[in-house]
Amino acid sequence: MFPAGDRNGLEVVVTLKAFRAASGETRVALRDVGFVLKPGEVCALLGPSGCGKTTLLRIVAGLDHDFEGRVRLPSPHGLGMVFQEPRLLPWRTVAQNLRLAGASPETGLDEIVAALGLADHLDHFPGELSLGLARRVAIARAFAVRPDLLLLDEPFVSLDAALAMRLRAELMALVETHRATTLIVTHDVEEAISLADRIIVLSGAPGRIIGDRPIETPRVALTPASAAVTRSELARLIAQGGA
Amino acid sequence: MLFRLASLLVLLLIWQLGSSFAGPRMLPAPLAVLTVIGAEARSGALFLNLGITLLRVMASFTLAMALGTALGILMGRNKAVDRLCDPWLIILLNLPALVIIVLAYIWIGLNETAAIGAVALNKLPNTAATLREGARALDASLDEMARVFAMPFGVRVRHILLPQLAPYLAAATRSGLSLVWKIVLVVELLGRSNGVGFEIGVAFQLFDVTRLLAYALPFVGLMLAIETFIVQPIERHVSRWRPQRA
Repeated sequence: MFPAGDRNGLEVVVTLKAFRAASGETRVALRDVGFVLKPGEVCALLGPSGCGKTTLLRIVAGLDHDFEGRVRLPSPHGLGMVFQEPRLLPWRTVAQNLRLAGASPETGLDEIVAALGLADHLDHFPGELSLGLARRVAIARAFAVRPDLLLLDEPFVSLDAALAMRLRAELMALVETHRATTLIVTHDVEEAISLADRIIVLSGAPGRIIGDRPIETPRVALTPASAAVTRSELARLIAQGGA
Repeated sequence: MLFRLASLLVLLLIWQLGSSFAGPRMLPAPLAVLTVIGAEARSGALFLNLGITLLRVMASFTLAMALGTALGILMGRNKAVDRLCDPWLIILLNLPALVIIVLAYIWIGLNETAAIGAVALNKLPNTAATLREGARALDASLDEMARVFAMPFGVRVRHILLPQLAPYLAAATRSGLSLVWKIVLVVELLGRSNGVGFEIGVAFQLFDVTRLLAYALPFVGLMLAIETFIVQPIERHVSRWRPQRA
């Protein structure tokens, strides 16, 4: 039913993911979602909120085993992840947070710290950072472990637009240089277009794949006109799926 | 600090006044007690007894904290263990210290094992109950983060588990230290032939209030010193990451 993936890519097949709602009834979160990412491919999972995007990401991360299907991670599978919240250890400094996750000068920690402008904040505790800075530390942590698979869950949610744009540009540069197989969950079309090589669109709950299309690379060559076409097309898909 | 000093001075004054009303047999004056403390210190008996009692406090405190912490974490994380042990914990929490001490002396014998074990068993349920709350309050999102980044077990314990349990460990330490030293004195009174508790027992038989106070007060001072110069600085050190309140 689903194609077999490359040895070093990511293969995800979720035939059914259900959960028990607070009301006691069983709800289906995902149905027949399957895709294969080539090594180094950057893919955005786009869909309305509540469509099971984050659930899918948690399944891929190995945080949720209660589903029907299979996940094959790139081997060897070093994993880096940016959660919706920074999830830093408040009692450890920024530098310790990065090191404890497995980052070191050998894995390129210093370059990433410099690229994200964190050099002056290494000795600070997370409680002393602004939300934007804490988000940067979380991004640095995910990249600095030199992952084979990178999972990003709405990395810019709840940031103001200007900050989100700046951080997105920095993230684009990091994605470009690191080229890990990457899965980005987002409900923002702009974000998906600017970061991904490929966009998979999920319908509203229960999530199914209703669109899967490549984005021209290099992304900077995307003309305003073609970007606009892509944008309207994706918007139409989301509107259909959500209805 | 100045207020504390003033408060202590007022207490001394009341003591002095009380002594002149009640007479030196019922309540000896501060200076009389100080003289006996000096004499006992010169003979070495004071330090010997203080030291022995302190060792018993440390041994039973360490035992109760180690076992109580392990049990508390287990109960906080595992429902089956919690259901099994919870009634035992409630019984143990409500069992008078004296009952545990006497039973320990009868069953194990009048020895050090029984003394330290009985004190530890008195403190253990309190530690377990406190740490169970701590284990229940653990942040699952940090646990997930650690799993995703494949942090080794040792790193998780040291950098994720212990910092979250630190306030609960501190609470158990504070209440534990004062509870343990009070019970140690009873244990010594009932079944040991040295230590501050034993000396107080002797003073009781001789109706020697001066001697009683000469042993009790230095020990209170010692426990206060441990609290102020060891426990509190450690607490400040482990909570230095918390944003300072203005």
